[in-house]
Amino acid sequence: MNAKNLSRLAVYSVLLIAAFFFLVPLYVMLVTSLKDGAQIRAGNLLSLPTSLNVDAWALAWSSACTGVDCRGLKPFFWNSVSMAVPAVLISTTIGAINGYVLSMWKFRGSDLLFGFMLFGVFMPFQVVLLPMSQVLGFLRLSSSITGLVMVHSLAGMAGTTLFFRNYYTAIPRELVNAARMDGAGFWRIFYRIVIPMSTPILMVTLIWQFTNIWNDFLFGVAFSGADSKPITVGLNNMANTTSSVKNYNVDMAAAIIAGLPTMLVYVLAGQYFVKGLTAGAVKG
Amino acid sequence: MKSFENILPKLVIAPGFLLGFTFIYGFMIWNGILSVTNSRMLPNYSDFVGLEQYVRLWDMDRWYVALKNLGIFTVLYVGVSMLLGMVLAIFLDQKIRFEGVLRTIYLYPMALSFIVTGTAWKWILNPSLGLEKLMHDLGWASFSFDWLVQSDTAIYCIVIAGVWQSAGFAMALFLAGLRGIDDSIIKAAQIDGASLPRIYWRIILPVLRPVVFSTILVLSHLSIKAFDLVMALTAGGPGYATDVPATFMFTMSFTRGQIGLGAASATMMLATVAAIVVPYLYSELRSKPHER
Repeated sequence: MNAKNLSRLAVYSVLLIAAFFFLVPLYVMLVTSLKDGAQIRAGNLLSLPTSLNVDAWALAWSSACTGVDCRGLKPFFWNSVSMAVPAVLISTTIGAINGYVLSMWKFRGSDLLFGFMLFGVFMPFQVVLLPMSQVLGFLRLSSSITGLVMVHSLAGMAGTTLFFRNYYTAIPRELVNAARMDGAGFWRIFYRIVIPMSTPILMVTLIWQFTNIWNDFLFGVAFSGADSKPITVGLNNMANTTSSVKNYNVDMAAAIIAGLPTMLVYVLAGQYFVKGLTAGAVKG
Repeated sequence: MKSFENILPKLVIAPGFLLGFTFIYGFMIWNGILSVTNSRMLPNYSDFVGLEQYVRLWDMDRWYVALKNLGIFTVLYVGVSMLLGMVLAIFLDQKIRFEGVLRTIYLYPMALSFIVTGTAWKWILNPSLGLEKLMHDLGWASFSFDWLVQSDTAIYCIVIAGVWQSAGFAMALFLAGLRGIDDSIIKAAQIDGASLPRIYWRIILPVLRPVVFSTILVLSHLSIKAFDLVMALTAGGPGYATDVPATFMFTMSFTRGQIGLGAASATMMLATVAAIVVPYLYSELRSKPHER
């Protein structure tokens, strides 16, 4: 009995130490963002701010400089919003239709098509950077948010197709067959039967796509211009700007602002996020 | 009417697949073509040089540094994330109170951008005011920690931040696997007198093998694609000491005006990922044609 208690204690200690390891950076970010420069130099990573100071947050949001641009993160934040929202909706819609066809309207070769599409989930996007930037140039979409929406819609399609296809494969065929007997067509079955059953996978896909697109840096840094940089690029430029004095409090406030939307989604709908994470790796 | 119903599904997905396959395979070929040209600042399709860019690539010290870093990063990032994830998953599976809260805490970094993670860890690992100062304040006066600015240790800082971000992900995958195991197997083994660690080592780990494989696969392809974390934490520095293939490709293509060379390095990345992923996809798609 005593040995059992001891091992319970060990298990709980390890779990709590791990929780500490995961939480400390968040704590450090938060307290640092609430200090001023003098407090940062006087204290250490873990010390609490001696007085609450939200100047760093105001600076990070609306007037911190990256290079000569002193508008804070605000414009980048809105760039990210106007990039992520359409791209999430487009890639999710395409994925739903692809998944519907590949699971319920199979034709000769459709499994093969799916297999080839799947590689898009794993491919290193470095391969598409150079051709894509030329195509964006041809279409006169270089450095535009529209261009970024297009890139993210294309890049996200493989993943969304995978999500919906695997989910729809689990819907009993009898349901669809019965509807077909009754004379319902392709679109009618989709709207009346499939879509109403899709709420969970829609949530997973929307959240997964939003997190991916909001957090993207590679496409953002490769394809955006002065007025279309997403927030990850804005944050990176701000934090890596070479000025004489490093304002770590501003950097931390900026990092929290950049992470807030996806964190909020995670806190509100974590279960769907976890399902999305595991869906790509573990089947079923 | 009947035949239209047969064509309609194909018609509906045709544009999407056409664009998608152009994006995936068309651009792959296009990138391959660029890699056999002498393109510098701008793509140049009239000056074919065969495999010269690849020869140049494999002659560059910087490329070897990038490969070595990728090797170190992949082994440690995948290994430590899995080990930590496995321990946490097994421990969490012992009917723990507050399991939901702990799980949420372990996994939240995965929702953050690597840029956010990198920015935070850059401050924590900062040589003067970061961890070092904290240790001094706690009374460890001789503590010194400047890994982030030393060329031979900076890569390990990237590993630390990477593990922090991804260990919870490995935990979630393993926990899902553990929850799928039938309790009666464990009960039977317990009745036979097997100790708990022994049960895990001999019975549960072998059952989890597919989960372990897919976790290795997902984490290692993430590590090959690692770009944002390196950019945010070290930007490849000091010098090019923490370059990885992804940052190498970007620097050559977009800041050094060596498009041909950048394309060649992208092809090498693609070949590496394909070598890992294609056999996996092939077996996944073949083994269960109609399950689920």
